[in-house]
Parts: sequence; structure tokens; C-alpha cells
Amino acid sequence: MPVAVTMPALSPTMTEGTLAKWLVAEGDRVSPGDVIAEIETDKATMEVEAVDEGVVASLVVPEGTEGIEVNSTILWLNAEGESAGAVPVAETPRPVAKAPPPAPAEPRREASKPQPAPELDYRGETAEITVREALRDAMAEEMRRDETVFVMGEEVAEYEGAYKVTQGLLAEFGPRRVRDTPITEHGFAGLGVGAAFGGLRPVVEFMTFNFAMQAVDQIVNSAAKTLYMSGGQMGCPIVFRGPNGAAARVAAQHSQCYASWYAHIPGLVVVSPFSAADAKGLLKTAIRNPNPVIFLENEILYGQRGAVPTDPDYTVPIGRAKVLRPGRDVTIVAFSRMCAVALEAADVLAGEGIDAEVIDLRTLRPLDRETIASSIRKTNRIVSVEEGWPVAGIGSEIAAIAMEDAFDWLDAPVARVAGEDVPMPYAANLEALALPDAARIAAAARAVCYA
Amino acid sequence: MSRQSSKKRGGASAKGNGRAAANGAVPDSDRLLRWYRDMLLIRRFEERAGQMYGMGLIGGFCHLYIGQEAVVVGIQACLGERDSVVTGYRDHGHMLAAGMDARGVMAELTGREGGYSRGKGGSMHMFSREKNFFGGHGIVAAQVPLGVGLGFSHRYKGEDGVSVVYFGDGAANQGQVYESLNLAALWELPVLFVIENNKYGMGTSVSRAAAGSGLHARGGGFGIPGRLVDGMDVRAVYEAAGEAVAEARGGKPAILEMETYRYRGHSMSDPAKYRTREEVNRMRRDRDPIERLRHVLESEGHADADALKAIDGEIREIVADAAQFAEQSPEPDPSELYTDVLLEA
Repeated sequence: MPVAVTMPALSPTMTEGTLAKWLVAEGDRVSPGDVIAEIETDKATMEVEAVDEGVVASLVVPEGTEGIEVNSTILWLNAEGESAGAVPVAETPRPVAKAPPPAPAEPRREASKPQPAPELDYRGETAEITVREALRDAMAEEMRRDETVFVMGEEVAEYEGAYKVTQGLLAEFGPRRVRDTPITEHGFAGLGVGAAFGGLRPVVEFMTFNFAMQAVDQIVNSAAKTLYMSGGQMGCPIVFRGPNGAAARVAAQHSQCYASWYAHIPGLVVVSPFSAADAKGLLKTAIRNPNPVIFLENEILYGQRGAVPTDPDYTVPIGRAKVLRPGRDVTIVAFSRMCAVALEAADVLAGEGIDAEVIDLRTLRPLDRETIASSIRKTNRIVSVEEGWPVAGIGSEIAAIAMEDAFDWLDAPVARVAGEDVPMPYAANLEALALPDAARIAAAARAVCYA
Repeated sequence: MSRQSSKKRGGASAKGNGRAAANGAVPDSDRLLRWYRDMLLIRRFEERAGQMYGMGLIGGFCHLYIGQEAVVVGIQACLGERDSVVTGYRDHGHMLAAGMDARGVMAELTGREGGYSRGKGGSMHMFSREKNFFGGHGIVAAQVPLGVGLGFSHRYKGEDGVSVVYFGDGAANQGQVYESLNLAALWELPVLFVIENNKYGMGTSVSRAAAGSGLHARGGGFGIPGRLVDGMDVRAVYEAAGEAVAEARGGKPAILEMETYRYRGHSMSDPAKYRTREEVNRMRRDRDPIERLRHVLESEGHADADALKAIDGEIREIVADAAQFAEQSPEPDPSELYTDVLLEA
């Protein structure tokens, strides 16, 4: 029997990639460990090694093919002595011969293809780029504009970012302004705060916000409180940024949403964008802001594309939510990746005659109370959605705002859809169960509509 | 001794010229007298603060610097206006030595509008951008990475300032100190680490808390040289700091471990069961930094009894004035509750 070599996943969130180069030809003999191809994703180029021994029977996918799904066959290998005729060449579709997925339990959470952000209401020139590129462009533009802005973190310079967000910055700005740090979160977070006291504007990347727990004292006690404790003398213009929330299959210590943690702290600004345009516009605003800003990104969104203004003066104000989809029957508020899931739920609800309004909170501190309350005054119902835990979560605050600012307009109790109140499990089926999905959001919306 | 009017209200005589020690110059009479005055100001200020705490005028935590005066005065004498300073919670002496106004420091202790933080910081949280004094930090050792960041900013901006970071023997066991030493050495930052070893981290003696062969040696693994200094002798501190500051200015961070002693408790409510009365008395009698300098001044003919008496009187006046100001300054306006949380974007 010929052996199929399939497209490998190079990271927990990779769903497809490009076959950049074949390093073997048909008829070549390969042994385990031989490099047979180079694969590219938007993050990196990686080598694929043979696992089995044999002779290359056929290269299913030509060099340069893009969008090859993970697990589809890219090469057939004949075992020693087998004839080439055994290879099912004729049936091989191009580029995908999808191997059966590992039978996930329902509901399955797709790590890929979140619903794209709605189109931008912007009339200037735009470019179609990824969230990853939008964040990079924001940093590069602000570094060009202000000499005191510098970027610091683990693997941000020579490696160009663990998630490739800082790609190209070292080449343009050099090692003085793009600083690789040792793995020393507490130390470099504190160093960044001290540098901000000293008149610089650091952009500190945490490889993920999970690791920022090592540095929470410096963020809360040093960055957030010193302005107050100094009677207004000691401003701290610093941005702490990096991916937040669950990625995919990385288990409890690497899958956590810190939105409500930081939103709890006076003296911090907390931002969490969804679209590529907001990622750029809000990061620029955050870097220009004279206060410490927590900028919560999402790994799964990094590869999402969207129209992004090219004007270096384009910024997005902090503290304003955005209506992603107007509707009249129920308000759904979400932020970051959950906006995509909320939009998906809104589509489901539309098919049932329920017209949902979806709001992207964008800033979590200060929350845009007015946009939330005015939507409730229109729809009389609200569902909050977040990936994080329910207890003392962002949804708890949304519920309080709904009562404080729009109690007389509510026709149903506020509904919260949140991550399950458990550490994130590793198993694919359990992980999917732990996170909000469109079905659960739609069910909550139906419940508040008494539908 | 002539003083500028700006010092009338009581800042100590602030920055030295930052050259003498590095050049190996022997401090002259003027300089020795200035140190005497600065140490005495800290001593009398702290005694008064302790008294005012007892009267209920100062609340919360209040960590007095009595006994350790030679450390901060000797180091400050080697710094210039371009240099920055950051320290922990036992910070009153550092502020006075940096030239901050005694009135403003005392009024912060009483939580009044006239305080450096307008009453919102208290004993452990005071700052002066004008004097490059960056606090006053209440979390043990948190100031250490902050000080390395200040050194980073000096270097980034192409200035030749040095960042001096003070921390205690207790803080020396915190992990972030070692992250900071690594970063400072790795990036060749102009940072001087001053460990004020006053023998006790709260009620735990150094011998019960710190392994190894001395805190000054703790930078060894990072290639940071350390030196043990008699922190009860202002001239010894000055001499050691002159060299270390010059090294640090050139991008070679250094550690100075100051052997010193606090006469008072850790904070105000300290039963002091962890050390004997005799130990404290012995230190006061044999090693007191102010008495030692007074003896030098008199025996070497730098000043006579009248001159020293005049300084005593002047200091008494400054401290009395600061205490009166701190008592009379109004409490902050209730509207201050909501100011200074965020800066206007």
C-alpha cells in the first residue's frame, strides 16, 4: 500500500498553508528525517520531514500551491519494492485530498475562519491586510513619528515575533529601538515602566498575556497607580500588548482571558480590537495615549484580513464601542474574537426572524456605557458574550450597566454567555464545550426574546 | 555656612558636583560640614516624624531612616543633576538628600494638600520630577526593575545620567532583583545598585534570610562587581560611591552593599523582640554616623563647637517649620479623590 504524506499543522491555530518548495522528486528514495518540502504560513516557513521510508511515487501538489488544507495529501510514497502503479493518482484531487478529521465531538469549534469583521465605513484609501500586519504597521508608523517609542519583548527582534507581529521592525529601526529581552517578564515589565517614568514610550510585547501574570505587580502597582500616588507628577505612557484568551489546544495555563482582570484596575486603559482596521487604529491611539494601556489581541484573529486605512493619521478613539450589525430585536455585545461568533449567531437568528444588533465593545476600560444603553433602549434586550469566565467577568459589568443606565427599558433579564467556569481542558471536544459558540449565543438571544 | 534661600525651608543640600570622589579628592571642610548638616536634618526630621506619628498626625506605615543617614548622604554627594534616584518604602532620608523640601515631605506624611503627592501617596509614595527622584515604592523590590528602566532611558536618550537604585537586605532575596541585575549587565546600563543592609528585613535577620557569602556578591553570576562598605561612615560611603558611580556611568553596573543599622523598628508598631536593647545601644554608642562625623569635624579642626551648634539650631528651625506647615496645611479637597487617575489623552 502506498503511504500518503499529508499537509502538517505547524502551529495550534494553522488551518492551511502554502507548499513553497519540493526538496524531493518523483523516484527519489527517502528515509525518516529527510527534509522533503518547505511549507509557508503567514507566520513562518518550516521544513517537512519524512516519517516513513520509501520511494516518492508522486508529488500531488505542485510547488507554489497556496491554501492547502491541513491533513490533505501532498505526496504518495511507495514502500520498497512496490510498483508505481499502486498509487491512486487518478483519484487524487488537487489540491485537497482531505484525510478524515479526527472525529471531533459536537459542537466542534473551528479554530479557523472566524466571520470577518463587517466592512469599514471609511472613505479614504485602504489596503487589504491581516490583523497581524495592521498591528505591525501601527507600531512602525508610531515609531517613525516619535523617536521615544520603542518595542521590547521576547523574540520581538531577530525572530520577528513569536507570532510574527513585529515582522520587519528590527530591519527598519535597528536593535536600539527593537529589543529582544530574556525570558524575564517581571523584570522587563518593570524596566518598561521605569523607562516610561524616564520619558520614553515603551511598547512591551508579552508573548501571550498568560505570561504577564509574572509581571502583574509591575503593571498594577507601578504602572497603574503611580500617577495617582504622585499627585499627578508621574505619568506612565506604556503599552502592554500581546495575544489574550484561548488559542487552540494549548490547555489551561495558556488559554485564559484577562479582560476582566485588567478592566478592574483604575489607572489602566484596556483595549481589545476585533477588526484589522481597529487593530491598527486603536494600537496607534494606545501608543499616543499618556497612560498605561493593556492591549489584548487574539492569536486566532492574527491571520484575518480586512480593509485597513493606509493614512498614517488614521486612529480609532479609545472608549467607543462600534455597532457591527444594526438590529432591532436584541442587543449582543462582544469583543475580540467573540464578535465573529456573535455575528454568526446573528445570522442564525436572522433566519428565524430575530433581528440582532451586534456591538463590538473594543474598549473594556472605560466601557462605552452610552452605546450599550442606547442599544438597549432600542432593543429592550441584551446578551453579553465573552470567552473568559463568568464570575466577576465583563458580562457581570454589562449586566450592572444595563440595570444602572437602562433598567426601565429592559424587557428581560440580562443574559450572559461566557466561557465555562473551569480551567481550559486540552481534549478537543472538551475545549469546544468550554467556549461560547454561535448556538449558545443564539439560544441566549432566543431566551431573552422569549422566542 | 551660606545657603541659598530655596533651601531655607529645608531640603538638604542636594546634589554634589559629582566629580570629587571620582577624582579621588579629599572632601574639604565645607563638604564635611554639608554632610553633617544633611545627616542631622534627616535625623531630626525623622525624630519629629516619629513624634507626630505618636500624636496621631501621621497614619498608616511610617518607616524611619534613623541610623542609616550616612548611606544616602554619601551617595548623593557623588551624583549630579542629570542622575536619577529610586528607592523603596524607607524613603524620607532619600528625598531630603535629593534636595526635596522638608515641608512638602512632612505634609505628605500628614496627608495634606501641601504634600509632594498632594496627600495621595503618603510616607512610601513621594516623587519629584524636578529633583529626578522617582519614588518611594511600597512593594519590596519593585523599585529595582524600575531603576533599571530609568537607566535604560538615560542610555536610550544618549544622556550620561546614572540611575541609582536603593533596596534593602530584605528586598535582596526577591526574584525581580536578579532579573534586573541580568538586564542591567546584559544591556550595559548605567545603574548603581545600593543595598542598604540594616541587618533586618522587618523582624528577620539577614542570617536567617540570605544564603551565600554576602549580598554584595550577589551580582557575581552576572559579572557585576560588588563591594562591602561601612555604611555608618559617610566618608567611606562617599569614597566607594565615587568609584562605583563612575563605573556605572560608563555602562558597567555595580553593587554597593552598605553595612548599616536602623535604630528604630521596622515601622512604628514594632515590638523589636528580634534583637536586644544592648545591640541597638552598642551601635548607637560606637558607630553612630553623625557622632562619628562630629568627632572628625572637631578633632581635625574643620569646625568648632559654636559652628556645630549653629547648624543644630538651623536644623531645629527647619524641622519645626516643616512640622508646623504639615500640621497647618489643609487636607486635600474632596474633589482630589477623582483627579490623577488618568492623564487627559
